[in-house]
Amino acid sequence: MATLSLRNLVKTYGKVEVLHGISLDVADGEFVVFVGPSGCGKSTTLRMIAGLEEVSGGEIRIGERLVNDLEPKDRDIAMVFQNYAIYPHMSVRKNIGFGLRTAKMPKADKEKRIEEVAAILGMGDLLERRPNQLSGGQRQRVAIGRAMVRDPAVFLFDEPLSNLDAQLRTQMRLEIKKLHQRVGNTIIFVTHDQVEAMTMADRIVIMKDGYIQQVGTPLEVYHKPANTFVAQFIGAPSMNMLPGTWTGGGVRLADGLGIELPRRNATEGAEVVLGLRPDDLLVTDRKGLFSGTVNIVEPLGADTLVYVGVNGHEVIAKASGREPPQPGQTVELTADAGEMHLFDAASGEALP
Amino acid sequence: MAAQDVAIKASSDTLFSGSSRASRRNMGQFIRWALLFSGGVLMVMPIVFMLSTSLKFPFEVYNLNLIPEEPTIENYTYVLEDGRFYHWFWNSLIVATLTTISAVFFDALVGYALCKFRFPGRYLIFIAILSTLMIPTEMLVIPWYLMSKSFGWLDTYWGIMFPGIMTAFGTFLMKQFFETVPDDFLEAARIDGLNEFQIWWQVAMPLVRPALAALAIFVFLGNWTAFIWPLIVTNSADMYTLPVGLSSFGDEVDVAWELIMTGAAISTLPTLVVFLVFQRFIIRGVVMAGLKG
Repeated sequence: MATLSLRNLVKTYGKVEVLHGISLDVADGEFVVFVGPSGCGKSTTLRMIAGLEEVSGGEIRIGERLVNDLEPKDRDIAMVFQNYAIYPHMSVRKNIGFGLRTAKMPKADKEKRIEEVAAILGMGDLLERRPNQLSGGQRQRVAIGRAMVRDPAVFLFDEPLSNLDAQLRTQMRLEIKKLHQRVGNTIIFVTHDQVEAMTMADRIVIMKDGYIQQVGTPLEVYHKPANTFVAQFIGAPSMNMLPGTWTGGGVRLADGLGIELPRRNATEGAEVVLGLRPDDLLVTDRKGLFSGTVNIVEPLGADTLVYVGVNGHEVIAKASGREPPQPGQTVELTADAGEMHLFDAASGEALP
Repeated sequence: MAAQDVAIKASSDTLFSGSSRASRRNMGQFIRWALLFSGGVLMVMPIVFMLSTSLKFPFEVYNLNLIPEEPTIENYTYVLEDGRFYHWFWNSLIVATLTTISAVFFDALVGYALCKFRFPGRYLIFIAILSTLMIPTEMLVIPWYLMSKSFGWLDTYWGIMFPGIMTAFGTFLMKQFFETVPDDFLEAARIDGLNEFQIWWQVAMPLVRPALAALAIFVFLGNWTAFIWPLIVTNSADMYTLPVGLSSFGDEVDVAWELIMTGAAISTLPTLVVFLVFQRFIIRGVVMAGLKG
C-alpha cells in the first residue's frame, strides 16, 4: 500500500496540451474515482500513473518515490483494463500467475498465492479453464486476480465495468468495493459512469477538458458542487438550471418569478443560474414556487419523473410513484430553499 | 361462388410462384455446384495426371489415357533406389524448413515493430518494404547471383536460402495481423514485467498463430517448389534441390517424364504434411477470446 501524489501533471501530444497541470494527493488505502466525459483526460492520467504514457511535465510519486521515468513494471502498480486483456492462450491459473513469473519466490509459494487469489474471487474451480470458456464477469475477475496476485502498492482500474451488462456491472461494483475493504490497497478507478463513481469512491475526482473540476467525497460533490459542470454531471437526471438575476435576497428568474434564498456571495444585479436537483423539486398539491404543464411522465416505480414546461423552460421534477400526474396537467412545484444551488452565470462557479 | 374461385386462383398462384421460386433456387444451386465441380476438376486433373504418368512405362507416357494400360510401380522403385533422390529431398527439406523458420521469425518481428512501435520513418520503411513486392524475381536473380559469387555463396545452402530469409509479403501480412492485436494485451504484459522482446514472443506471437501458420505454409511451399534460383545458384548435383534434381532425369535425347512425375508425386508428401499440421492453427482464431465477450 502507498500514497499517490500528482504535482502539476501535464500531458502534451505534439503541440496539443491535453492535461493542464493537475495536482492531487491520494491517501494510503484510499479508493479514488476519476470521472468525466470522454476526452476529459481521466484515462490519460491513469496511463501516466501506470507508466504507459510519458509525463510531459510535473511529478508522479508513489509513496515517496518519484516514478516519472520508471518502467511500468518498476512502479509497483497493477492495472485492470477495460477489455480485460487476459491472455487467451493461457489458462486462468497461468493468467493469474503471469505477474508472478518474474517474482523471486519459490514455485510452491506462487501456486499458493494463485490459489488464494482465486479463492477470494470465487474462481477456485475455474483455474484450468481458458478465457473463451468463461463469461464476461468471470473474465473480469481473472483480470482483477492477475492484478491482485502481485499485491501492488496501487491498483489502477481503467473503466473495467464498461463492457458488462447492467446487472453484472452492479454485482462487480459491489465485489470490487468488498475487495477494497478486504485488501485495503490504494485504488485509482476511472469511469465515465457517475453512478459507479458515487457508489464506490471514498473521493471522486471530476475532470473536464484536462482540468480537475472538483475533488470531494460523493456526498460533497453531490450536495456542494463547485460549478455548473459538476452540478449537472453528478446526479441523474441532471440538475435543472434556471437563469436569473441576484436581487440581494433571492433570484429573479428570467420570466419574472422571484424566489427567496438565504444570503449568497453575489453582488446585486449579477447574472446567476439557479440549480435545482429533480430529487429536490417536488410536485405538490399546495401552492408551490411555480407552476407548469406536464409534458412527459417517466414512471420509475417508487417515484415518477415529470418533465414540466415552466414559462419556456423544461424542468424535471419528482412526483409520487402511486398517483403520478398526467401529460397536459398543470402542476405546482416546490423546493426547499436549503437545497437550491446558485452559480455565477459567466464563470459557472458556485456562489456559496 | 365467385369469391371461392378467387380464393382458389390466389392459392394456386401462390403455389405456382412458390414452386417457380424453388425451381429457380435449384437452378442457381445447380449452376454453383457445376462451376465448383469444374474448378475442382481443373485443379485435381494435373495431380491425377501426375500420378497416372508415374505408374506408366516409358512407351505409354505420351498416351494421354488416365488409367495406364500396364500399371507399374517400377518408376517408384527406381527413384527410391536412386541415392540422388534422397539427397535432393534432403536439400529441399533443409532449405524449405530453415527458410520458413527464418522468414516467419523475421517477418513477424519486423511486422510487429512496424505495427506497434512509433518511430520516425516508420511509414517510409513500410512503403519501401512493400515496394519490393513489385520487382519480379527474374530481375533480382542477376544481382543475387553476383552477390553470391562475390561472397562465395554459390553452390551452398546459404546461397539457395538467403533471398528468402525474410519476405516483403510476410512482413506486410504480419503487420496487418498485428493490427488486430489490441494494445491492452501488450500494455498488460509491460506492467507484468516483460521486456519488449518477451512481449512479442510470449504475448503477441501466440495471438497471431493463424497468420503465422498461413505464412509458414506459403513460405514452405514457395521454397519447396522453387526452381529458377536454385537452378542458377547450384552447380553440383549434390546441391540440387528436388525440383532442380527432378528436371535432370533423362538424357540429351529424351526427358524421362515417368520418373519426373514419380519424383514429383513423392515430393508432394511433405507439403501435405505441412498443410495438415498448420491448417488447424489457421482454423482456430484465438485473438478475440481474451477480450470482451
